[in-house]
Amino acid sequence: MPPRPLSPHLTIYRRLHTMVLSISHRISGLWLALGLVALVYWLMSAGAGESEYERAVAVFSAWYIKALLLGWLAAFCFHLVNGLRHLLWDAGFGLEKMSARVSARWVVALALTAFLAAACVLFCVQRGAL
Amino acid sequence: MSLRSALGVAVGHGAAHEGVGHWWSQRVSALALAPLTLWLLISLLRLPLSDYAAVVLWLGYGWNPVLLALTLLAACWHSRLGVQVVIEDYVHSAGWKITALLISSAAHLLMVAAGGYAILRLALRVGT
Repeated sequence: MPPRPLSPHLTIYRRLHTMVLSISHRISGLWLALGLVALVYWLMSAGAGESEYERAVAVFSAWYIKALLLGWLAAFCFHLVNGLRHLLWDAGFGLEKMSARVSARWVVALALTAFLAAACVLFCVQRGAL
Repeated sequence: MSLRSALGVAVGHGAAHEGVGHWWSQRVSALALAPLTLWLLISLLRLPLSDYAAVVLWLGYGWNPVLLALTLLAACWHSRLGVQVVIEDYVHSAGWKITALLISSAAHLLMVAAGGYAILRLALRVGT
């Protein structure tokens, strides 16, 4: 087969935050899929009994696991808010170019606010819990 | 003018060979997950997570096991569909694609089974 024309050439486009949000939705989704493993591990440890659960609490309180949890929290906040934006698009709202750019900014602002609030509760209010 | 054949329109399966079922499934599970995951996150933030007795009590209390099971099921289903799309988009060799899809499906099924078993254990424990 002769070489076929390639399209689209992503690199020739000016980078827009709508593009960044689009690929971030995928990346955060994949990352959250891995987060399900942590959720199931937590459930399994609670189901297995107190000693197992205490081992899980020790695992979750390591600083690198805490960092992963923060990453999952951030991915969740973003994926949830941006997912609602996708659902609104699917329902036919906000599809114009400018409204997509405006909603992208709203998504970042709302996701960031939700993340900071949740992280604050998790690490400041629940001090010592994890 | 439509370029689609009459048979293609009648069968309605399109280029994906399975119609729009996947698309709908992903949207409906997303719609279910928005309130469910928000409920789970807020509940987890309110729980003293290092206190085993409190956590087990919450996990078995009232409607919590039911909502938790629904959340787990919807999340694993939504996740399986999403991972499938990513694999289909980026893995081009047929062999690797099918291998990756099988591994992803099996892993998600395992998480549903393992998580569901844990929820059941916790829910039944509190009653005894």
